[in-house]
Amino acid sequence: MTPFIIASLIKIALVFAVFMTTLAYLQWIERKVLAHIQSRVGPLRVGPHGLFQPLADVFKLLTKEDLMPSQVNRFFFLLGPFLAVSLALIPIAVVPFGPHITIFGYQTDMQIADLSIGVMFILAATSVGVYGIALGAWASNNKYSLLGSLRSAAQMVSYELPLALAIAAALLLANSLSFREIVDNQGGYLFGFIPRWHVFQMPFPQIFGFVIFLISGFAETNRIPFDLPEAENELVGGYHTEYSSMKFACFFMSEYANMVTTTCVATLLFLGGWQPLFPAPYSNWVPVALFILFALLSLNFAQNPIRKGDKYSFPVITVLMVVLAVLFAVPALQPYITPLFWFCSKVGALLFTFIWVRGTLPRFRYDQLMRFAWSFLFPLAMLNMLVTALFVALFPGKGR
Amino acid sequence: MDTVLFIVFAAVAVACAVNLILQKHPISSALSLVGVMGSLAVLYLLLGAEFMAVTQIVVYAGAVMVLFVFVIMLLNTGQETGGGKSWFAQVAGLPLLLAFIALMGLLICGPLMPRLRAVQFGSWHGGTARAIGRAIFTDYLLPFEVTSVLVLIAILGAVVLARKEID
Repeated sequence: MTPFIIASLIKIALVFAVFMTTLAYLQWIERKVLAHIQSRVGPLRVGPHGLFQPLADVFKLLTKEDLMPSQVNRFFFLLGPFLAVSLALIPIAVVPFGPHITIFGYQTDMQIADLSIGVMFILAATSVGVYGIALGAWASNNKYSLLGSLRSAAQMVSYELPLALAIAAALLLANSLSFREIVDNQGGYLFGFIPRWHVFQMPFPQIFGFVIFLISGFAETNRIPFDLPEAENELVGGYHTEYSSMKFACFFMSEYANMVTTTCVATLLFLGGWQPLFPAPYSNWVPVALFILFALLSLNFAQNPIRKGDKYSFPVITVLMVVLAVLFAVPALQPYITPLFWFCSKVGALLFTFIWVRGTLPRFRYDQLMRFAWSFLFPLAMLNMLVTALFVALFPGKGR
Repeated sequence: MDTVLFIVFAAVAVACAVNLILQKHPISSALSLVGVMGSLAVLYLLLGAEFMAVTQIVVYAGAVMVLFVFVIMLLNTGQETGGGKSWFAQVAGLPLLLAFIALMGLLICGPLMPRLRAVQFGSWHGGTARAIGRAIFTDYLLPFEVTSVLVLIAILGAVVLARKEID
């Protein structure tokens, strides 16, 4: 019992630290990527290439005046951001980052808690997460906030249906609700080279399910093109108009946490979690090859500097990449960090897609948003689930 | 540990239920109801019905109550204005409540008690998604299907009632 509690505490501390850092730097990455999409340079002043910008932002938010408008419902005004951020941070507890491992003779999972109902747990946490936005906006006694929260609640309730149906179709293939078993079900290869992730897995590949999940995920996280709840040209700031300082930061953080959770779930349900893209004998060397390639590229850029600072910044990146390549080449470390590499690269690719879409697409009109959910996405998700169920019933595989 | 958790969450459930009645504002009442449902979910979890617990949160706290809160916000109802109680409720309310509690206590402790065994936390394992799925689609297939038809009728009724008159 005691080693279990100690191991759990260590895991919680690790996951919390990494998760919070990811949230802070995700925002930096988003600003940088958006800037480059729009031919700007983005944050550049604080630290090299603006690397310490998240730190500066945190200090700014902490030291800003904490405004409380008059005539607000004080209790609910404080409860809103609290609920939003705590319910957004909870789901990461059931996300598995890697396989079952043995460290110093102690067997454990690379996951805080392996619930037998992990998928349902995340759905429950996100469905209750609406309260944070709804309450905070209602309590701030501002019609723009209220309109934003009403839009948000309607949108989240509507898009939860196709989201849940897309998940259900993937679960039909996996035959389990535990994330660990779902990922284990996606190991191996079709014809020896196509990974048996749910996007490719027979009898009915979940490619439609994956796209439906991603689109609904955009809507659930209130991201462009579905960011009607905070449409700044119509609603000032939307549901968080009246919030300032750390209370605003709570809403901001919850949005990014929801984004990370959505991408993690998409990776686990459809992209095979930590399962590698290539069969194991090759895939263990993919990270090494990639990091060496990046090292060579940055060395090349350092040789022909475009900007003034490049002569100094690129050699640092080269050294970093070489160190990473060496770490991934050590056979004793490979079983621990290679699955993490695959998981993080899949999540990272999806997060980049989220940012990319934000930089590319304009916002929907509200009626378009609702019509899209109810008369296109929902029937499509239903059809996808029915066809999957039919195929699963016709071709029962292992364990069914 | 289980007993402590049970006492804590049972107390929270009762406190929220009482608060639900006492609160003057509809939003506070609705949120108290969410509190009741959340603590009931924890009680289900303690009894080993994990799937029921999460379904309770997803369906009641996450969908039904969100719609309640949504409607309350949309109508923008203010505080309940007092004085709406009838003289009968003011005079006979508390005695009737006490009589009801006493009757329930008598019923539970009297005729029902000998047939009920004490609950053992963690002794029951039939609450997984698999077990519930099997139960619904084998032993309770007819009640399940009949209930789904009932829900369908309710949906159709709502559509008919909410439909705009088209001349």
